[in-house]
Amino acid sequence: MKAVRTKPRPKRTPPKVPANWNPNIVVFACNWCSYAGADTAGVSRIQHQPHFRMIRVMCSGRIQPGFVLRAFERGADGVLVSGCHFGDCHYISGNERAVEQFEKTKNVVTLLGLEEARIRLEWISAAEGARFAQVINEFTDQVRKLGPSPLAGNGRAKE
Amino acid sequence: MVELAQVATKTKAWACYDCGKCTATCPISRIGGAYSPRRHVLATNLRQQEEVSRNGTVYACLTCSLCDQRCPAEVGYTQLVQKLRELSFREGTEPECPHGGALQSVMRMMAKGGLQQDRLNWLTDDLKTEPEKGEVFYWTGCTMYYDAFFSEFEAASLEGTKAAIRLMNKLGVAPVVSANERCCGHDLLWNGDRKNFEALARQNVKLVAESGAELLVISCAECLRTWKVDYAPLFDGKPPRMVHITEFLVEHLPELELQPNGRRRATFQDPCRLGRHLGIYDPPRKALTAVPGIELAEMSRSGPRAMCCAGGTWSNCDRFAKQIQVGRLREARATGAEVLVTACPKCQIHFRCAMKDPNLKGEIEIEMRDVAEVVAEGLSR
Ligand code: SF4
Ligand code: SF4
Ligand code: FES
Repeated sequence: MKAVRTKPRPKRTPPKVPANWNPNIVVFACNWCSYAGADTAGVSRIQHQPHFRMIRVMCSGRIQPGFVLRAFERGADGVLVSGCHFGDCHYISGNERAVEQFEKTKNVVTLLGLEEARIRLEWISAAEGARFAQVINEFTDQVRKLGPSPLAGNGRAKE
Repeated sequence: MVELAQVATKTKAWACYDCGKCTATCPISRIGGAYSPRRHVLATNLRQQEEVSRNGTVYACLTCSLCDQRCPAEVGYTQLVQKLRELSFREGTEPECPHGGALQSVMRMMAKGGLQQDRLNWLTDDLKTEPEKGEVFYWTGCTMYYDAFFSEFEAASLEGTKAAIRLMNKLGVAPVVSANERCCGHDLLWNGDRKNFEALARQNVKLVAESGAELLVISCAECLRTWKVDYAPLFDGKPPRMVHITEFLVEHLPELELQPNGRRRATFQDPCRLGRHLGIYDPPRKALTAVPGIELAEMSRSGPRAMCCAGGTWSNCDRFAKQIQVGRLREARATGAEVLVTACPKCQIHFRCAMKDPNLKGEIEIEMRDVAEVVAEGLSR
């Protein structure tokens, strides 16, 4: 049975977004599609915002909640999880597992009071360089609007 | 060196006379794990730090405290292992968490602060609580996080939490349930991360102190042990009285007016934190059997001899743990009980996980409930 919320969501006063602030984003990408998609974007010289670090994994199915949560713990402002389109996963159904793991992650992230918009799941094929750039731009803008994560400055990932 | 000497003094390790009873008792060693508590005691006495931290064996212990009970020299091995882990952690060793460190990350984020958690979205209007101040504080623990994280085991940790509040309401108590509660830090402490543990502990002690509560009621066995034992040095002034939910219920049994709830035979899994760590054996049994019609069928090893769920600190899930869990579930089934009742959300998570084994399911599956749930089923509606 799903609980019916009767209490309002607690409000966190949104931090002032500093001028010229750029978010610190972690992107998890699978080796066979989304990482190659990023490569395609690079080879085709498609411009996109550069405020992310990419972590390559063999398959999006590997990206368990611990990965995303650790990124937030270390101060990431947003985390993008990406893999192959359904039916294209190199390991057949890894991305279906990724969806389950992502759902779980989302539930924990919202319990912690972090905005849901700080995480995103996207499928990007090796050929979709332009789409990779578009997703990165959209997500970067989305996280920029939210401002720094309340946990920012917690980790080693600062420039 | 100096530190190991202090640890030896504190835990009475110096008194060890090498009898080996601890290793003979230890469920991990018995099942075949290459692990020996005696070796750690010996290494402590010989001040061999490397031997202690070597290949992470210090994380193999379930911290179940069974060996403490058997040691003729009264060595506090469980306390010893907590200290040894702290030393190892400082050298950079961490246990391998079977959940990818997700829960440790959650705890460390809470320790860091700055978050406004949204942890009370399950709190419906029929549950009467106070947001900040009151005489009684009810500690919800991380149950909502467990339900979100262990969805595949149909973990229903929150059901126990809700039932506890319902029972307290019946007794005319609307406890404080705070949105600012943080993880008690139990697992970080037992993983060796004292710094983050203390950050959490300080915040929590402050939160409860500011609520003005004189009584702190806790359902989770681990939270209770942490509050009663590990927070003790951190209290400023008079700490609140801390009781397990069943201890609270037992003080008010007649007022609960419990009715038969259709259950007949139940067996009780003593969580190691509640039983051996705190010596609370009777209250959960009394609360359970206060429901008319419920008969308690004890497992062959119960009370101080109870077997652990083998997964205390998010650091030792392995094939040995699985074997222990399966064995324990067989014991529970052998009692003929229809429900396995416990008082620790982690016991439930670990046993529910073990029950998923498709080849063993038929032999070991049994309904599991928190003790508060079963008692609350006896409330007249
Ligand atoms: S049971 Fe006690 S005395 Fe015997 S070996 Fe273990 S720690 Fe030493
Ligand atoms: S506490 Fe339990 S698991 Fe650890 S050494 Fe003692 S008996 Fe073994
Ligand atoms: S290989 Fe790309 S999602 Fe599995």
